[in-house]
Amino acid sequence: MRFFKALTNGLWKENPILVLMIGLCPTLAVSSAAINGVYMGLAATFVLAGSNFIISLIRKWVPDQIRIPIFITIIATFVTIVDMAMHAYAPDMYRILGIFIPLIVVNCIILGRAEAFAYKNGVIESIGDGLGMGLGFTLILLILGSIRELLGNGTLFGIQVMPLTYKPVLLMILPPGAFLTIGFLQAFQRYKGGASK
Amino acid sequence: MISHLALIFIGALLVNNILLIRFIALCSFFGVSDSMGTSIGMGMAVVFVMVLASSASWILWHFVLLPLHLEYLQISSFILTIAALVQFVELFLKKNSPSLYRAMGIYLPLITTNCAILAVTFINVTNNFNFIEAIIYAIGVGGGYTLAIVMFAGIRERIAGAPIPKLLKGYPIAFITASLMSLAFLGFKGLFGL
Repeated sequence: MRFFKALTNGLWKENPILVLMIGLCPTLAVSSAAINGVYMGLAATFVLAGSNFIISLIRKWVPDQIRIPIFITIIATFVTIVDMAMHAYAPDMYRILGIFIPLIVVNCIILGRAEAFAYKNGVIESIGDGLGMGLGFTLILLILGSIRELLGNGTLFGIQVMPLTYKPVLLMILPPGAFLTIGFLQAFQRYKGGASK
Repeated sequence: MISHLALIFIGALLVNNILLIRFIALCSFFGVSDSMGTSIGMGMAVVFVMVLASSASWILWHFVLLPLHLEYLQISSFILTIAALVQFVELFLKKNSPSLYRAMGIYLPLITTNCAILAVTFINVTNNFNFIEAIIYAIGVGGGYTLAIVMFAGIRERIAGAPIPKLLKGYPIAFITASLMSLAFLGFKGLFGL
């Protein structure tokens, strides 16, 4: 029960990107196509769930003063695993995502959840929180990537969706389009959130 | 040689601006850009740490990791080096240069998780820069960071007093502003065909 509560929390109510405003760099950089967003999101979800699991497991033995270096080392280990696995099994995607794979290490979402959640809660909830936050992150990447790919290229996951007469707005897959889309997405989330209050 | 270094510098400063074109270090871009003063302090601290981190990681990579064939430790060792370096700089400034510490002391802890620093150390390795190139590149990236964040802070100070629809207040309008700035920086793209 608590597992699911922690899981759903990250998906919308405390969505890391729209509400907490953290982890923006990879969000904007890799969301020029829907499929990139999904890969990036899943990589981050794996690191989040894994590091949350290990940290909640050892939290009783971690001295308070040096907890941050310990967290960073654990996170870096998981990122190294993802980095090597992607390099071996998905080389094309590895090239597209490039520097943003190693940069998962300094993604504020991961250290933030380690500090704010995994360090204070049990193992089961921490895995749930890691998965929820990771999937919330993936969801936004997917939405953002889909909007940008659809408007900027007329395709979705590489399949032509818009009629062929549609002139793609190139701007949307260039950097300015990323800022524009997330700005409006956030206004939309606020509109929805404001309605339920 | 000089023109080669100048190209690296301008490329890092304008053409591939780290914030607006490459999308690295955006958390701090939106986080600390609400006033001109703080963003100048943050920019200074970033340039300073970036140069130190680039040289430290360059030495680590070329004299320790490569000879010992420990390339897979790159991620862990670089982030720990940066974290240790930032702590050290903070202690050093506190003791030896209180005025400089007052100017940028509070920004230093934030810098450990500023992805721009780590990104620059990785880019140095991927591009196979030599020591001088790495330093020049770090100064260029840091300068580009400062340039963008100070301009953005200036615009945001003006926006604060402007009549903006309620739904767009705060972050959404900041994103739209960033989008327009990014569009302007995109104009540098044709500068040298980089």
